[in-house]
Amino acid sequence: MTDVGVAVGRVLFVMLFVLNLGGLLTWVERKQSAIMQDRIGANRASIFGLRLWGLFHPLADAIKMLTKEEFYPARADRVLFGLAPFVSVFCALVAFASIPFGDTLSVAGREVPLQALTFNVGLLYVFAMLSLGVYGVMMAGWSSANNYALLGGQRAAALMITAEVAIGASIVGVVMVYGSLNMMDIVRAQGAVLGGWLPMWGILTQPLAFVLFLTAGIAATKRIPFDMPEGESEIIGYFVEYSGMKFGLFVMADLLETVVIAGMTVSLFLGGWQVPYLVRDGFAFPWGAAFALPRVLVTLLQVLAFMAKVVAMIWFLMLIRWTLPRFRYDQAMRLGWLGLFPLSIANIVLTGGALLLWGPR
Amino acid sequence: MKPVQRVYLREVASGLVLTARHFFVNMGRHLAHALGRTEARGAVTIQYPEERRPYAPRLRSLHRLVRREDGSPRCVACMMCETVCPAHCIYIVAGEHPNPDIEKVCTEFTIDLGKCVFCGYCVEACPEDAIRMDTGILEFSSYSRGGMIYTKETLLSLEPAGPDGKPRSPVPIPADRTP
Ligand code: SF4
Ligand code: SF4
Repeated sequence: MTDVGVAVGRVLFVMLFVLNLGGLLTWVERKQSAIMQDRIGANRASIFGLRLWGLFHPLADAIKMLTKEEFYPARADRVLFGLAPFVSVFCALVAFASIPFGDTLSVAGREVPLQALTFNVGLLYVFAMLSLGVYGVMMAGWSSANNYALLGGQRAAALMITAEVAIGASIVGVVMVYGSLNMMDIVRAQGAVLGGWLPMWGILTQPLAFVLFLTAGIAATKRIPFDMPEGESEIIGYFVEYSGMKFGLFVMADLLETVVIAGMTVSLFLGGWQVPYLVRDGFAFPWGAAFALPRVLVTLLQVLAFMAKVVAMIWFLMLIRWTLPRFRYDQAMRLGWLGLFPLSIANIVLTGGALLLWGPR
Repeated sequence: MKPVQRVYLREVASGLVLTARHFFVNMGRHLAHALGRTEARGAVTIQYPEERRPYAPRLRSLHRLVRREDGSPRCVACMMCETVCPAHCIYIVAGEHPNPDIEKVCTEFTIDLGKCVFCGYCVEACPEDAIRMDTGILEFSSYSRGGMIYTKETLLSLEPAGPDGKPRSPVPIPADRTP
């Protein structure tokens, strides 16, 4: 019974965290861009005169999309056309499952890892799910029976492959340094301190991989500056023929992917749920001071730290989204294959050399 | 392109610093505003229906008919405006003025604003300074064509805009306008 309860609890926590964050991101996106551009942003939706800085706009958007007409093009493949948005959203949603949000917690005498899915190859699982997302996009492009949608789907597929290759290659360095494909182990290994005071976060041990991963990760989310698959304002993308909530699901999938990429970056490079100098039973500062805390409080701090890091990372991704102009298609391809990919390989070689010289035997 | 620009990273970083600075400065101003320092503004936005920027004094807005001391229209029904109007949207019916010193007056003066192009020629043409476009009222849209037709009584009742350029009369709603 407790097993079921614990499993449901873990899944529910991740699910609610990701889904709510994804829904909230439409608001964050509008407000953050507004503030960056000296505007106020959407603030008119209200319930009984209560506006709450436009927080009801996601709700209003959802109602609008649910009540809009669901249009099927005459020659579209109805099954695939209807399925495509759900494939996209599903893959983006389940990808978060193996990202740990805290250390183990004892529940009824058992040690429960705070992670929806305990998986030895969790890292590969996240990649697999992210890559599967491209099927939804291609299905949407192909089944719409619209040449522009088809071309958009092709561009999306090319971009995703470019991004996945670079992500996969850039992450190898991290795997080499921490010696595991299990996300929990990677995060745990980042709790070590280098030279007695420097937390061994991925961004310090693998700075090049961090930049490469982040760039490729942004490309994988198909958002500006890599939004040539859809190009909201000018070029026509793979979801031209979609309307109503199906269109909303594609937008949602992109936002969920942003959350997943933020979660991945935090777990691999920013120490995941680690708080500097916080160990199992309290703070242990490098200058000798120690500060005991109960286990539950430590776990709570870790979960909060993870959430705060994810939110900060999303803020940064949004900052990039609203700062940079779009890459041309050929520029993005050149960046991916002639920039990110060779640099990732070089990073692997460098990391290997460094590990041979100074690493553990 | 210089090689250092080809790597993008430095340019991207400088761009991010710029936009992030805007974000934090504006956030700080919003915060100061929320904490009571009302002169701090984090955005240049004017919240339109509640807040209005003053209109320029030369703005051509909704027409009004100027009144004499006794309240009768100053218009002497010379038909100059009707003639000059490029959109042919002024309709005047002339009649006797009760005052024998004044020859004529308009008994009906109708402007179809659905046709008006806001050229201001009617104001230019009037020898009596009887028609002006200085009410500062811009929001007089309507769901029906009939709702765009303004009669003499409505046009006479309007006041000129205040010194700050804001309208002093409410937007007149003709009887047959569906809201
Ligand atoms: S502004 Fe021009 S179009 Fe309008 S009523 Fe006057 S003359 Fe006619
Ligand atoms: S030009 Fe002036 S006086 Fe003549 S009809 Fe028009 S408003 Fe009246």
